Amino acid sequence: MLAALAWFAPTISTLAANDPIRPIANMFDPLGTPAKMIHDSSILVSIICLVIFIVVTAMLVYVVIKFPSKGAEDEKKEPPQVYGSSQIELAWTVIPILITIVLILVTTRTIGEIQDKKLPNEALRVRVIGHQWWWELEYLKQDGVDKDGKPVWKRDFITANELHIPVSDRNSTRPTQLILESVDVIHSYWVPQLNGKTDVVPNRTNHMWLDPWETGTYLGNCAEYCGTQHANMLIRVIVQTPEDFEKWCAAQRASVVEPPVGDALAVAGKKDYFANSCVSCHSIAGTVSRGVEGGVFGPDLTHFASRASFASGMAPITLDNIRDWLRDPHHLKPGVLMPNMQLTDTEVDQIAAYLMTLK
Amino acid sequence: MDQFINQPVSFAEEERPWRPPSLRKVGMLCLITTETALFSIFVVAYLFYMGKSLNGPYPHEILAFPWSGSIALIGSSFTLHAAEWFLKKGNRAMFHLWWFITIAMGAYFLYFTGHEWYEFIYHHHLTISTNVFGSTFYSLVGLHASHVVVGLILLSIILISSLRGKLHHDHHEHVEMIGWYWHFVDAVWIVVLTVVYILSAHY
Amino acid sequence: MAHGSSTTPEDDFVITPTRPGEEKGSWSSVIQDLLFTVDHKKLGLMYIGSGLIFFVIAGLMAAAIRLQLAIPNAHFLEPDVFNRFFTMHGTAMVFLVGMPIIFGMANYLVPLMVGARDMAFPRLNAFGFWMFFFSAWFLYFSYFAGPGLYNAGSAPDVGWFAYSPLTSKAFSRGHSSDYWTLALLASGVGSIATAINIIVTTISLRCKGMTLGRMPLFVWTFLVVAFLVIIAIPPLSACQIMLLLDRYLGAKFFDTQAGGSAVLWQHFFWIFGHPEVYILILPGFAAMNEIVPVFSRKPIFGYPIMVGANVMIAFISLGVWAHHMFTVGMTSLGNSFFAISTMLVAVPTGIKIFNWIGTMYGGKIRFELPMLFCIAFLFQFLIAGLTGVMLSVAPFDWQLSDSYFVVAHFHYVLIGGLLFTIFATIYFWYPKCFGRMLSHKLGMWHFWLFTIGFHVTFFPQHISGFLGMPRRIYTYEAGRGWEIWNMMSSLGVILQAAGILIFVWNLIYSYRKGKIAGDDPWDAWTLEWATTSPPPDYNFEKTPEVRSRRPLWDLKHPDDPDWKYE
Repeated sequence: MLAALAWFAPTISTLAANDPIRPIANMFDPLGTPAKMIHDSSILVSIICLVIFIVVTAMLVYVVIKFPSKGAEDEKKEPPQVYGSSQIELAWTVIPILITIVLILVTTRTIGEIQDKKLPNEALRVRVIGHQWWWELEYLKQDGVDKDGKPVWKRDFITANELHIPVSDRNSTRPTQLILESVDVIHSYWVPQLNGKTDVVPNRTNHMWLDPWETGTYLGNCAEYCGTQHANMLIRVIVQTPEDFEKWCAAQRASVVEPPVGDALAVAGKKDYFANSCVSCHSIAGTVSRGVEGGVFGPDLTHFASRASFASGMAPITLDNIRDWLRDPHHLKPGVLMPNMQLTDTEVDQIAAYLMTLK
Repeated sequence: MDQFINQPVSFAEEERPWRPPSLRKVGMLCLITTETALFSIFVVAYLFYMGKSLNGPYPHEILAFPWSGSIALIGSSFTLHAAEWFLKKGNRAMFHLWWFITIAMGAYFLYFTGHEWYEFIYHHHLTISTNVFGSTFYSLVGLHASHVVVGLILLSIILISSLRGKLHHDHHEHVEMIGWYWHFVDAVWIVVLTVVYILSAHY
Repeated sequence: MAHGSSTTPEDDFVITPTRPGEEKGSWSSVIQDLLFTVDHKKLGLMYIGSGLIFFVIAGLMAAAIRLQLAIPNAHFLEPDVFNRFFTMHGTAMVFLVGMPIIFGMANYLVPLMVGARDMAFPRLNAFGFWMFFFSAWFLYFSYFAGPGLYNAGSAPDVGWFAYSPLTSKAFSRGHSSDYWTLALLASGVGSIATAINIIVTTISLRCKGMTLGRMPLFVWTFLVVAFLVIIAIPPLSACQIMLLLDRYLGAKFFDTQAGGSAVLWQHFFWIFGHPEVYILILPGFAAMNEIVPVFSRKPIFGYPIMVGANVMIAFISLGVWAHHMFTVGMTSLGNSFFAISTMLVAVPTGIKIFNWIGTMYGGKIRFELPMLFCIAFLFQFLIAGLTGVMLSVAPFDWQLSDSYFVVAHFHYVLIGGLLFTIFATIYFWYPKCFGRMLSHKLGMWHFWLFTIGFHVTFFPQHISGFLGMPRRIYTYEAGRGWEIWNMMSSLGVILQAAGILIFVWNLIYSYRKGKIAGDDPWDAWTLEWATTSPPPDYNFEKTPEVRSRRPLWDLKHPDDPDWKYE
């Protein structure tokens, strides 16, 4: 319903080869259980509101058409002075109260169904960590149980911006839980076709869950103003078949790919990368590039070239785009926290070539 | 319709005296309402951050119940009342005496708070930037203390003008209003006392 | 104090009031007069005049914002410039346009309507105005002084809600956030002073016979507004003080690294922020309550329940703030509580809409300009109220919150609601203030251009919100389905701007050339129409006495006065 709103032709470039892109993030075209539950209650509420709108507008139009003054002659005599009517006023107090009660019942029920949903233990868990202005994604795996029998989760692998999750179905057989945290300011994670938004707040852990029914790339945005580049804190959720997803996970877990010996440019680029201060913000697993004190300040680059886009979804990963970025990140994304490293053209070409080998 | 204009709008009605409430009283009640809203937020912030400091010093390590300060401040409400009673009686000398005692007790309270802060800052190393306890404690108690300062200034103005013979009968409502303000400052202290020195004492 | 005796009718002035054009003061004497006046009518007009100036400035910023968003990937505004524009637009529209204009309305009309000679504390009144006036320019001064020593940032770019920790030293360097904080702190003091003044005037300066049950609904509504101001502004001041302590003394209130909470700011801000919405919309209701009856030629339908609904709205508005925070991860219990309390607001609001329609029912409606704006208000506020109901459904809000749907919703409230009634107010009372009517022809152009432009601009934003467009983005990708709606939105601005231009011209033109109004051009019933236009400095030669809610009705219909029925 209301899907017709999205008639404008999509033109977003393909991000991942085989999956359909869903550029129109229409909340009335839900493709996940929580989004569907929200959709159902909101359709009911919208219809109630539409009916009220029609009734009251009709009343307004009726009085405006029926009771205009008929000119100066008519105005000499005042109309009957009516001061009120207890019965009528009671009626239009009680009817709204009844409608409100219906709304309250619908709302509280839906809140409970979505928010208090217990996810199975084996559900995939991903920590989504908001940064100005990109997403750090830490995939977790279970590592035994603690003394109370609760599962203990530890890092499986880490990636950035593009969230890969397995496809689920209407029975929610393979849901994913997102554990939302922020390192700086408040962000908000919002993929309208899969679920409503949940804020990503520093010094607080929030949760949300996704169980997409169909594969494809879903688009979303950071929905809480978080500074200069809030507009370009884009979200891509890539929903894959369980097999594809496992393949992807395995590739992400694999250790870093060395540039082929024959690729002189990339080999030199690797040297440049480690000679410059790239290493102090970005990490490449298994190398000395581990960010500040082993933490992450910029996106993890271990399998950088396996992604479809960079700069939080702003641009597809192509050699040209990466060169442009390395020459001056502020050209593409003004205000981004990555400084202009003042690289020479040779260094730019070499580092770009190196990054493209990080499949 | 112009025939009605500038005719006095009035009607013969039953002659009831028309006495709306006094301007100053309504104004002071509004001021107290708005101040209450201001204090509530600081009190809520204090309660919210109770036990949430990541590092010491913690309330239970340094807070001591402020006996003498509280007795002085709460007592000053009663001395103020006595002063007002003498003012109504027309006994200016006793009014000056009790009014002065009120000021002195308020001043002692300020001295007490200053001393407490000195101890906290220099001996326990708790400043406003130490932890959330420091932030909420100094801001709440400090906001109250600043109201005591304003109160003392107002009380002193009354004392000085009365001593210089400038306090006339039609100023009595001013005196009463300053009394209301002072009672309010006292009442806030009772809330601060409960929240800071009793509820958070074991955190 | 200067007010003491203003209630007693002992004066025997024999001064003829001057009309515009009659006095030939030099510019310096006019300016001196404006600087030192404590007259409630002059201060009221100064409030409205400065509010309209800031309205134009903030409106131009909005136009620039719409120009940037007309097409995807536009490069008209830099991201920081855009972020400053929407921050300054929002802050200015709420604090430098909405608040002063409603205070101006109250200042000018409340004393006249209760039959008083001035506000209760005239000098405090002037103080309130100048606090607002200087803090407003102080806020704009940040464009020059914001960089401070760090050369980072100019005007504030943290949003009008200034969520922590975006405002902390780490993320907001320079002094731009301090300008925001200090300006609003200072204007908050002025607002509280003015609100206290309004309350005291209403409670203590009512003329003889004007019991609470006979007060014009306009005055009743402003009494409620003023109570909301004195209760709601202090929480904002409090958390701004905390923010300053954080920024300058290293306090930890909102320092998330030291155990501080980012959500606490949101709670405090919205404890202020939600009642603030009602502070801004209730004056719209106030104007409706006076204008609709006059042009329907009937008394307001259900006066007591209208008073009750005002009080109910104000009361409920103090307990709904966290509906701005459904997405911060509250418990399901918390979400349910605030969803329910929010929905309850719909009941008294609905009563008001129905009672206005009830007032028009069976009347003889005159479609003068003030009435046209009021009818448009009814239609638009109905939409705003219903989208508000949609937003109050917490799960729906998880989708809609911070999307363009919300932008559409509150512009329907604040423009479709408040601004339309401000226009109605100006068309209705301009003759009283200046003795001349505003041009009807220009007014019709203004009305139709602005109304159509308003809907063209803001209706499509509901839809871009449904399609997932978030607020406060300075640019967007092509192909998300948002292009057409944004283009429509931006085009509507042209119509709105044309309407405003005509309106401003009308204000200037009619000041000299408008039709002479006479003292009671609309055949109205409240006390302000019982004095000359413009009223003399002392308002009434003899302070009036009243016996009903419509004293001038009683005068005009001695055979069938209102007090027989009340």
